[in-house]
Amino acid sequence: MGKQFHGMTKISCSGFCCTKIEHFGVHAGHAEILRDVSMHMHCGELTALIGPNGAGKSTLLRAMLGEIPHTGELHFLSASGRHAGNPIIGYVPQTLNLDRTAPANVLDLFIAAGSGRPAWLPASARQKRRVAECLERVGAEHLANRRLGALSGGELQRVLLAMALEPIPDLLLLDEPVSGVDQNGMKAFYDQVSTLRATYDLSIIMVTHDLDLIPSYADRVVLLDQTVLANGSPEEVFGSEPFRAAFPAHAFPVPFSMAVPGQPSGPVMPESGRTGNPKAGRYTIEQLKALVSGKEETP
Amino acid sequence: MELWYRLLSVLPFDWAQPGRLMFMKNALLAILLLAPVFALLGTMVVNNRMSFFSDALGHGAFTGLVIGGMLGFLVPMWAAVIFSVLFSVAVTTVRYRSGMAPDTVIGVFSSAAVALGIFLATGSGSGTARLSAFLIGDILSIGKKDILLLVLVLGGVLVLWALYFNRLLLISISPSLARSRGVRVFREELLFTVLVAVIVTISMPWIGLLVINSFLVLPAAASRNTASGSRQYTLLAVLVSIVSGVAGLFASYAADTATGATIVLVMTGFFFVSMLLGRRGAG
Repeated sequence: MGKQFHGMTKISCSGFCCTKIEHFGVHAGHAEILRDVSMHMHCGELTALIGPNGAGKSTLLRAMLGEIPHTGELHFLSASGRHAGNPIIGYVPQTLNLDRTAPANVLDLFIAAGSGRPAWLPASARQKRRVAECLERVGAEHLANRRLGALSGGELQRVLLAMALEPIPDLLLLDEPVSGVDQNGMKAFYDQVSTLRATYDLSIIMVTHDLDLIPSYADRVVLLDQTVLANGSPEEVFGSEPFRAAFPAHAFPVPFSMAVPGQPSGPVMPESGRTGNPKAGRYTIEQLKALVSGKEETP
Repeated sequence: MELWYRLLSVLPFDWAQPGRLMFMKNALLAILLLAPVFALLGTMVVNNRMSFFSDALGHGAFTGLVIGGMLGFLVPMWAAVIFSVLFSVAVTTVRYRSGMAPDTVIGVFSSAAVALGIFLATGSGSGTARLSAFLIGDILSIGKKDILLLVLVLGGVLVLWALYFNRLLLISISPSLARSRGVRVFREELLFTVLVAVIVTISMPWIGLLVINSFLVLPAAASRNTASGSRQYTLLAVLVSIVSGVAGLFASYAADTATGATIVLVMTGFFFVSMLLGRRGAG
């Protein structure tokens, strides 16, 4: 993946660029969907948002977009102090939300989203060039004239990602971006996202169910169920009590061979996670990956 | 208008000769103006899965016309337009804010509007004669003044279409995506609904409630079967609409049938042909 950086300018983050969600709450009628959700993300970080179905993950993204009314505040501060307050937000919705029967091609979609020139007029040469540039960012320049309905799941997600990156956002929200995409397409998409994050210094929040891939791609994991149950590095969160309660099939029983010296060993994971203590993560990502890939053998 | 009449006299029809059958000439011009308007609006109605919804707007417009006829203030038409606009705003707002299934909301409003219209019309003692005029419509009743109005309407729709098409297209592809791109979905849809309501109301006496929704839906549906991009979709819909309109008008003149229904039959023919063509293209 490193070779993909070649030729791109790496914009460095001074360390001050960050997004803060403070005390978000969402109500639907009398039901409370989100309560007191607070998160803090640095630019260039990929945060995986996980949680059981109905936990309010998509709702949180939509609240951040301003699509649904919410309490609490979203703060953003850019590295250069160029702007604070409302970040430019890019958003890749779940595949299912798209009307794939629409008689529109990729070019139409870009023009509709990005310009005032009606998409029923012939596209100008300048517009076509601009769209080609956008698609190139995600390696999808060959898709410009494809009908939306003729795109595969993976291709469609690339196109949507390219759209979300125009203009380059401060914050990129991905809502289960690869649901319904095959394993290869999924890995390709994640690689793409990682490259973009590094190249453009984006904060990315990704709702995902692919727990296996999280350790390889995410810097931070937030376990959400109405409110933040666990928040930290992948190993911290995967080792936390709330995580094991929410995803019993994915919890890691600690094999005796991996028990940390001086700690009680056994199938009980040490309590950690919410403190943010860097020592709380007891396993390297490599160890976790080994565990994850072998999880069938270790019940 | 004079230019139009002179142009027509070139046509090899009996009615097209100078001084003959003015109503036919007016009707032809009206159809050439109305067809593109309905086709354009229809593309978005179909895109946004609003076929049933636009049908309800027609019912609201019907009631508006009945009320307009009773009140008779200024011109009945304006009372009708005002009622239809209020009706469309009410349905859209309830549809968005209530969380009820859209088809339920539409069903309730649609039935309520028609019931109110019939109740008022029969209550005022005028009987059902006026009602059936609105139900079936008569494009041959169109006058010079109406045509002037249609020119204005067509101009207005073209301007709005240039300004709003992209936003509406984005909403039709994905409302969430549209919102994330700064499109105010509710506002844009409301504007679109009001536009449809106004145009449906104005044209109802000429086209008729029973078939007016087909004027919106059929050309777009036929075009959608084969179109591969937004541009093709729009152009094909307009083309289908104009060709059907003109062919239907001539056929209805020859066969002495209701014009609106005849045009719709031609459109239906286009729809099935395009469906077969589209099937072959996709296979």
